[in-house]
Amino acid sequence: MHALDALPLYDQAILVMAALVLFSAFALLGQSRMFSLITVFAWQGALLAITSALVAFSTGQHHLYISAALTLALKAILIPWMLTRMVTHLGVRQEAEALGRPALVLLAGAALVVFSYYVSLPIVHLSTLVTRNTIGISLAIVLLSMLLMITRRQAMSQVVGFMAIENGLFFAAVASTAGMPMIVELGIAFDVLVAAVLFGVFFLHLRDTIDSLDVDRLNRLNEDVD
Amino acid sequence: MIEWALAIAQTLLFVTAAPLLAGWIKCCRCHLQNRAAPMVWQPYRDLARLFGKNVVVADTTSWLFRLAPYVVFGAAVLAASVVPLIATHLPTNAIADVIVLVGFFALARFVQALAALDAGTAFGGMGASREMTVASLAEPAMLLVVFTFSVTANTTNLSTAIDHILASGLVLRPSFIFIAVALLMVAVAETGRVPVDNPATHLELTMLHEAMILEYGGRHLALVEWAGQIKLMLYGVLFIDLFVPWGIASQLSWAAAGTGLVAVAAKLALLGLVLAVSETLVAKMRLFRVPGYLGFAFLLGLLGMLSHVILEVG
Amino acid sequence: MTLALLAPLLAMASALAGALAPRDAPAGRLLVFALLGLSGLASIAAGVLALAGDGSLYARLPLGLPWLEWHLRLDGLSGFFLALIGAVLVPVSLFGPGYTRAFAHGPSHPAVLHLFTGLFVAGMQLVVLADDAFVFMVAWEIMSLASYFLVAFEHQHAANRRAAFLYLLMAQVGALAILLGFGVLSGLSGAFSFDAMRASYQGTGWANVAFALALAGFGMKAGLMPMHAWLPEAHPAAPSHISALMSGVMLKIAVYGFVRFAFDLLSQPHWGWGVATLIIGSVSALLGVLYALMQHDLKRLLAYHSVENIGIIFIGLGLSLLFGASGAPSLAALGLVAALYHTLNHALFKTLLFFGAGAILHSTHERDMEHMGGLIHRMPTTALCFLIGCISISALPPFNGFVSEWLTFQAFLQVSFLESGALRAMLPFAAAMLALTGALAAACFVKVFGVVFLGLPRSRHVRHAREVDAGMRAGQILLAASCLVFGVLPTFVIDAIAPVTRALLGGELANATASGWLWLTPVSPQVASYSAPLVLAGIALAGLAISITRHHQRRIHPVRRSPPWDCGFGALGARMQYTATAFAMPIRRIFQPVWHVREATVRNAAQAAGDNERAVTVRHTLHIDDRAWDLFYEPFARGIQWTARQAARLQTGRIRTYLAHSFITLLVLLWVVT
Repeated sequence: MHALDALPLYDQAILVMAALVLFSAFALLGQSRMFSLITVFAWQGALLAITSALVAFSTGQHHLYISAALTLALKAILIPWMLTRMVTHLGVRQEAEALGRPALVLLAGAALVVFSYYVSLPIVHLSTLVTRNTIGISLAIVLLSMLLMITRRQAMSQVVGFMAIENGLFFAAVASTAGMPMIVELGIAFDVLVAAVLFGVFFLHLRDTIDSLDVDRLNRLNEDVD
Repeated sequence: MIEWALAIAQTLLFVTAAPLLAGWIKCCRCHLQNRAAPMVWQPYRDLARLFGKNVVVADTTSWLFRLAPYVVFGAAVLAASVVPLIATHLPTNAIADVIVLVGFFALARFVQALAALDAGTAFGGMGASREMTVASLAEPAMLLVVFTFSVTANTTNLSTAIDHILASGLVLRPSFIFIAVALLMVAVAETGRVPVDNPATHLELTMLHEAMILEYGGRHLALVEWAGQIKLMLYGVLFIDLFVPWGIASQLSWAAAGTGLVAVAAKLALLGLVLAVSETLVAKMRLFRVPGYLGFAFLLGLLGMLSHVILEVG
Repeated sequence: MTLALLAPLLAMASALAGALAPRDAPAGRLLVFALLGLSGLASIAAGVLALAGDGSLYARLPLGLPWLEWHLRLDGLSGFFLALIGAVLVPVSLFGPGYTRAFAHGPSHPAVLHLFTGLFVAGMQLVVLADDAFVFMVAWEIMSLASYFLVAFEHQHAANRRAAFLYLLMAQVGALAILLGFGVLSGLSGAFSFDAMRASYQGTGWANVAFALALAGFGMKAGLMPMHAWLPEAHPAAPSHISALMSGVMLKIAVYGFVRFAFDLLSQPHWGWGVATLIIGSVSALLGVLYALMQHDLKRLLAYHSVENIGIIFIGLGLSLLFGASGAPSLAALGLVAALYHTLNHALFKTLLFFGAGAILHSTHERDMEHMGGLIHRMPTTALCFLIGCISISALPPFNGFVSEWLTFQAFLQVSFLESGALRAMLPFAAAMLALTGALAAACFVKVFGVVFLGLPRSRHVRHAREVDAGMRAGQILLAASCLVFGVLPTFVIDAIAPVTRALLGGELANATASGWLWLTPVSPQVASYSAPLVLAGIALAGLAISITRHHQRRIHPVRRSPPWDCGFGALGARMQYTATAFAMPIRRIFQPVWHVREATVRNAAQAAGDNERAVTVRHTLHIDDRAWDLFYEPFARGIQWTARQAARLQTGRIRTYLAHSFITLLVLLWVVT
């Protein structure tokens, strides 16, 4: 309404990016095939890179351009490539079972968005940045990614959910507080990279042990099986 | 006085240009599918042919069957007279409430479905049943689009809304991006285009809208087809008025009206091309996948509304 | 005030006349319904005068208890509902004589029917006039008990007896809740009269308790989910003009009770009340229409639609409470106006629809839609009036249902005035559910009208149906005309309701008729405007233009009749049409979890009928049940039985245990007294 009209064009663009990242989080909830899940995740990374660049342009902090490039390279290109290789190598192209009641999951997602908005209202009133409304969106993205991890059975989907949580936190840092210190940025980025590699090794072992990548079958590792 | 003349002229222009838009879309589709296209004004020839034929009516039907095409066409013309095409601030625009517009479409569909059941055939029942189901599912998505738009523009009147959008200049609203896509999806469902319904199909069991008008012939069929073309143009003009209204005439002068005409013609042509491209790229869905499609439109509307509440209000 | 008191007196006179009239004297029947019609006219007159005037009229009658005489009051709200009762009574008095002729030679004596009809109407009118809790409860019970006898009128069928018992049970439970609610208020104020309750100080805790009791009690009578189970059982069991009175008027009296309690007697609304009412209303509306879609008994379907429309009314009331608690009296007035307008509209078109169902039942003795068809040819007037009722209830312009739904949507659109962001995010979802409800209702009434009146007749009685007599037709035509009038002249109705909102909320729709009588602009002319007369004029103009061209065309290209398109397969029969169940099948598949569906297809391969033939019989059964029984009523009943079993442990049958009980009670009392 009036608040939006008063903002300069680049801040409006940041809000549009926030909405699109939220949409990508919902899109992640709705995909049942692995490759499309990874593609949406790559697009989410690209949107984050664009947001970073916009914030850099809008606030004049040039180190965010480096952050944007790093995000693009890592989250939109490198990690999806690694995940795709893992998926092909492990042979898990699709969820073994279809999503249970996709309508309910998406409605739960909408409820989570309202909830995170409600929860983040006190924080919003404290911040002075013009794009402070995105705090609620970032929390929503984190919660939606956790919902993704809960409602999926394939271990690969859980990895994507985990990465998406990190995306949400990154978005909070960039849009709501105009970027983290560079050291923190680099540290988190390499942590995520290492996590991706570790997941790959872990899944190989998992598949050899229980012959599937369905996390519900992990209870086979339980000793008292008759 | 001159405003009333302009209003009537706009209505006549709307009604007579609708078949041209349908012809343009068919032309684009044919070219995209590498087929030889008919002339762009072929729909006019079809209508003229149908008006010149005798009418055959099933003997199981009642007066409702013969009255329905007139009601449907009348509702379409009434809707066309209130939606701003070239100029706003016309006297007819005072009735241009978006919810009333949706009400007109609902009335036309109601009477049409009853006429389908009147013949006592299985096809009529099937068409009526499917069409009412799809329409019911499209309503919540349409309402969320209207709702989000209305709380931003603080009105449900189309003319006032256009003034508001023009006055605020170029603003990137996240909510508008979502509801624009949702409106396009709902428009495709309501006008019976691919992927919800194939308007060019001849297989009765795949029909939604066509099965309802299977029994009609002669001038009745002409009126129903024309009403369908007007409805398609109406949704296009609605989209243009809500999201890209630049170029429409706010004052009543020849120059402004001319600009408005050229602007709306260009935008409609572009929308028609987009529709033709999407119809070529996407296949028709089976009936029980349409709820998923409309649920997605509803989700987009919901996201648009949430974006408005969370991001756009101070 | 005397006019208002005349109305129940005339109704009671009608009851007396009915009790005394012999079985098969048509004059007796006419007298009964004439008195009822006069009562209706008196109600309308009193109501309209009360709305036109600005103050309230009082009366005190020395009936009742010696130290507690009856207080009666006629203010704007009472006047509105009194006029509503009258508006339904007059068509009932036209419809009644023809319809009840069939009962003259039935197993039950019609005197019972007429007696309790009069008492029922008198009870309803007294509820509306009541100004203290005592009169209210007495009149409420008269209304409930009289309607019990009416529902149980055809008690030869076990199903009717069960339905009547369920109705009585739920009516009494509801009345208990209402009584407790009044008890809380009179405890806080120390007296029974409404004036004392209004003036009393109500702390938040007790006000919440009172509101919850009122919502439960009045909601049970109105038929909100999940307390609606008696509606689809009781309405089909009663005679059709009684179903019309119950659905058209009695449910509205429950709405009156709720409005009186929550808006008038309780001083400060809380936003939680608004949200609770809104949620219950939305759920009732959506589930009501979904259940209605699956019915093929015409009267059960209409009963479920009553649940849906009561839900819509409560949505409006919830919005009004919400806006009132947030300090926006003019928006609260918008919500209340939308709810009251919808109350009036529903009374009119639901009565019309029940009259249509009654006319069909009278002519064909059929209640099941799957046996009807093609009645538009045999019963043209009934069909036309029923069509108007269908269009009105589907909220399509230019009839009255559209205006009240449009006003409800406009009330929703003012949500940006609320401060709470979470509410602003959730309210549009309720609006989307309302839109879905409206669209599903339209689908349902396409099914109803299409299967019942259009197509080919599916059974013998229906093939030979005859149009009903003049009285029954007159009642329907009157209601259809009033549906059109109230749809085309909304500004007059809103001006009439203005004193009600002024008195209850302190606010009104100041700009509602600011642009003249042609335009309805509830918030302001820039925000939204609707002109029903112009829409009707547009339709009339289009109709005129079309009929001129059509007349011209018909001479050049005449219409020829031929059999319908059959793909070359031969003669089409009535069984090849879409049935009501088939029409609703896509919706059943899409919304499957909502119902309890048991579907089975059994194929029996019979003996070989010939050399290479084998006869196969296929039997398909489909049962669709109300989930509220499994989720709500069964556990409740089981809980009560468990509690009763625990309490039965007291009954050991041994004398010494009973003496011990008395002994312990004596000890406890002695201790308490000191």
